[in-house]
Amino acid sequence: MAKAILEFEKPIAELEAKLNEMRQYSGSLNIEKEIFTIENKVRLLKEELYKGLTRWQRVQLARHPDRPFTLDYIYEMTNNFVELHGDRQVKDDKAIVGGFAQIDDYKVMIIGHQKGRDTKTNVYRNFGMANPEGYRKALRLMKLAEKFDKPVITLIDTPGAFPGLEAEERGQAEAIARNLFEMSKLRVPIIVVIIGEGASGGALGLGVGDRILMLENCWYSVISPESCSSILWRSWDFKEQAAEALKLTAPDLLEQKLIDRIVPEPFGGAHKDHKEAAGLLKEVILEELALLVKIKPDKLIDQRIDKFGRMGAFEE
Amino acid sequence: MAWFSRNKENISPDTQKKELPDGQWEKCPDCGEIIHKKQLGNNLWTCIKCNYHFRIGSAEYINILLDEGSFKELDKKMRSADPLEFTDTKKYSERIQATIKKLGLNDAVRTGTGKINNMDVAFGCMDFKFIGGSMGSVVGEKLARLIDKAVKNKIPLIIISQSGGARMMEGAFSLMQMAKTSARLTRLHEAKIPYISVLTDPTTGGTTASYAMLGDIHIAEPRALIGFAGPRVIKQTIGKDLPEGFQRSEFLLEHGFVDIVSHRKELKNNIYNVLSLMS
Ligand SMILES: [Zn+2]
Repeated sequence: MAKAILEFEKPIAELEAKLNEMRQYSGSLNIEKEIFTIENKVRLLKEELYKGLTRWQRVQLARHPDRPFTLDYIYEMTNNFVELHGDRQVKDDKAIVGGFAQIDDYKVMIIGHQKGRDTKTNVYRNFGMANPEGYRKALRLMKLAEKFDKPVITLIDTPGAFPGLEAEERGQAEAIARNLFEMSKLRVPIIVVIIGEGASGGALGLGVGDRILMLENCWYSVISPESCSSILWRSWDFKEQAAEALKLTAPDLLEQKLIDRIVPEPFGGAHKDHKEAAGLLKEVILEELALLVKIKPDKLIDQRIDKFGRMGAFEE
Repeated sequence: MAWFSRNKENISPDTQKKELPDGQWEKCPDCGEIIHKKQLGNNLWTCIKCNYHFRIGSAEYINILLDEGSFKELDKKMRSADPLEFTDTKKYSERIQATIKKLGLNDAVRTGTGKINNMDVAFGCMDFKFIGGSMGSVVGEKLARLIDKAVKNKIPLIIISQSGGARMMEGAFSLMQMAKTSARLTRLHEAKIPYISVLTDPTTGGTTASYAMLGDIHIAEPRALIGFAGPRVIKQTIGKDLPEGFQRSEFLLEHGFVDIVSHRKELKNNIYNVLSLMS
């Protein structure tokens, strides 16, 4: 896996590189004590850094090019994944993937936005920006899950729905709206997990469910900090301030009561260890599934509609 | 996402009000005709020469569509609580205060019950002039309660949309209003109560991607801008000029997302007629 290093990760990465170098010589030279000192320094530095991450730093972690994407989670968490393709109307949108799979004893439908890892795969995946066909494919798969009484798990990771000419012609807005409507009344449990970027309607198009989980280093809001900056500050330079103002991190959303639970990531972020990240998520999904499958469909739907009904802040 | 740019986009020359010196005359942004305000009002704020539809607010739509004196407003006092204590170049709380004071409206939608040719309806109408008709917690909650009212009273629902999308200053709260309103509409659907969505200039972003596109019947005013992403964002993305009439009502009719494009003068009749056929 290619290792991309974010600006704020650099001091640690440099120390770690130095440590590795020293370890190679530790047998011949007598530097164990020095290694021990640096190890301690790295640990302290890391603890300090990851405890005090700014909102903008978390946005960067959410977009980390080495972060696990939907298919990585699917391959790590599930067995027997059968990917299904197409909306049966126009085409197969590569920005959203999905299919039946098995998580331990549960047979589920798992669907998510899919980003690419390099230029070529990003073009193929349209950077995780779906067209209407993507949302309609997702809906088709959810209906399939409903028909065969299988829970749905959606993984959200998108910089937004694709703002293109054909997307508008084929009803991007209608496709997203339809999903919000249909997901609200789907007669099987839905677990929604924000695994990276949750940008506005393009994210929410897979985001209505019974339990809304969010990984530790993600963002979820109505607009990206950059676009918010360009509109409200009339400049692209206020993205840090915009990220602060939007209060878009997992702890923020938990406090706002817009998500149910934060899923821990490996120390330093999910990109540090895909296997561990997927393991942590799988554990939480299994816990939630065990509770949700016991609830009768009518009650499930009522609770789901009321859950979103409680979201909001107003005075009267 | 992108659709926020709508707010600025909409203040394009063809939609800006151009008041002439003595304030009694308006110039049609489309054909240039000078029209006396009184005459314009009599013509339901459409151009006497070219049928251009001037942008109007909830007060005018209530007058045009509902039987005189029949509107009973709900949740009139509801206001934004500024849950994020949001500040950009200005405090959101101050922006809200100033807008309320200036417009005499408490947020970007008014809801209530009323009658159309003596038929009881639940009626909601947005106001673009209130922070670009943006949808925050108040818009979401008022519409959700309006839907409940329609279900409870078994009366048809009519929502006039006019909005740049979800409101940035309430962050994820605004986003969730899309889910909240759409979820609530499923109860109306299960109860088999008709919902007519009227799309006026402009209806974009999160508003279009939720309740505005979930009507049983979609009626649009002529040449209204209706879409998800704003035209400028799309233009930037594809690096090409957009075709004539792109994202206008007639374009949506052609592509199958609108049932009827209706002149404002026919709007009340069209709504009543289609409701009668469904009842
Ligand atoms: Zn004219």
